[in-house]
Amino acid sequence: MAKHHISMTLNGEPTEFLCSTRQTLLDVLRDELNLTGSKEGCASGDCGACSVMVDDRLVCACLVLGAECDGKTVESIEGMADGENLHPLQQKFLEEAALQCGICTPGVLVAAKALLEKNNNPTETEVRYWLAGNLCRCTGYDKIVRAVMSTAADMRGDSK
Amino acid sequence: MESIQFRKPETVDEAVKLLQGADGNAKILAGGTDLLVQLRAHMIDPSVIVDIKHIDETRELTKNVDGSYTIGAAVAGAEAHERDDITADWPGVIEAWDLIGSTQIQGRASLGGNLCNASPAGDSVPAMVAAGMTANIAGPDGRRTLPVEEITAGPGKTNLKKGEFIVSFNLPAKPSNGGDAYLRLIPRTEMDIAVVGCGAALTLDDSGTVTSAKISLGAVAATVLVVEDAANAIIGTRLEPEAMSALDAACQAACNPIDDKRGTVEYRTKVAGVLGKRVVKIAADRAGNKV
Repeated sequence: MAKHHISMTLNGEPTEFLCSTRQTLLDVLRDELNLTGSKEGCASGDCGACSVMVDDRLVCACLVLGAECDGKTVESIEGMADGENLHPLQQKFLEEAALQCGICTPGVLVAAKALLEKNNNPTETEVRYWLAGNLCRCTGYDKIVRAVMSTAADMRGDSK
Repeated sequence: MESIQFRKPETVDEAVKLLQGADGNAKILAGGTDLLVQLRAHMIDPSVIVDIKHIDETRELTKNVDGSYTIGAAVAGAEAHERDDITADWPGVIEAWDLIGSTQIQGRASLGGNLCNASPAGDSVPAMVAAGMTANIAGPDGRRTLPVEEITAGPGKTNLKKGEFIVSFNLPAKPSNGGDAYLRLIPRTEMDIAVVGCGAALTLDDSGTVTSAKISLGAVAATVLVVEDAANAIIGTRLEPEAMSALDAACQAACNPIDDKRGTVEYRTKVAGVLGKRVVKIAADRAGNKV
């Protein structure tokens, strides 16, 4: 069968690609569009390493078909920094060393950004539940959670 | 194995024709949180995937003039959870739906998918059953409506006929003195599959006496159960200790679970009684608080 010709908006830019029905959005991002920031951890929606936004909704790119994305607006980790300027979450993760191997980091950042846009003053419990679908095998999560809380405080303009 | 067609019909009739034409080898795509995993694991090999999300009816979540709700089969959990009206009226249904997977899964996972995936442990199902929800089914012979508890036939199997699919659900208006709740037991705090799940919906009169009740258990049999004996144990009572003991016993008696890594037969059976009591207490508190 002929491949699907899909047009979507990716990180603010009109983007076209061809895909087969079996290709997920994650396959498309990594293999067709060469955007390898989104990681494949489990490919079954358990680990969150492929977290992206589709039409302003946080999802796992491994559980969305590329063919579903016609007309959609997709934001991946590659769209998070503004040129050379890192997003406050990215900057804070560096400053507070909220990562070790880095495989989960793109997904954690995309998910954390989605949380802060919805709730700029989350409790630690809210952060932990929101990020429960982002597995990290290195950090033990504490540094990640602290960095998210600290970024939220900065973005609200709270002094420490 | 390759060359799966991908179709996105915009009308119910078009979807039914596609399902019929595929001779039973079509798969419906709503949120895809089960379908894509099965596809990847080669558990299924469909000739066509029918994405029903371009049919308006599958995506609406409407509070009707009579206070009931129409919930599209493909509405995502996160979309329902953000709605104040349905969350206030039927907290048990929303809590059960919200327990399915992570934030990311909630961005996609639908009631239609959770029901038709037909896992005995699907979290939303006991809550839907307890609330008295019905499914609006479209197929080659037109429309029909079935109670949610009559949809599943066993693990991975539904009673839908060839060419049929669930378009939406009806959720009744919340009775003014009614309440519902859902609880499940899992070995951790988040993101796991129910060892036992229990949903309850009930109404009270002004004296606090239970006037009607529906109790449903998940993960303790091949399909989700409606436990009439448990409801009868509390109807006409004010949930006195004897009534709660009878409810516990009725829940346990209804169980016919499997032994697996999540729990033994004995454990699941005992937990079913415990959850039954806890869920009924929460539902009664909610009913009492809202008179």
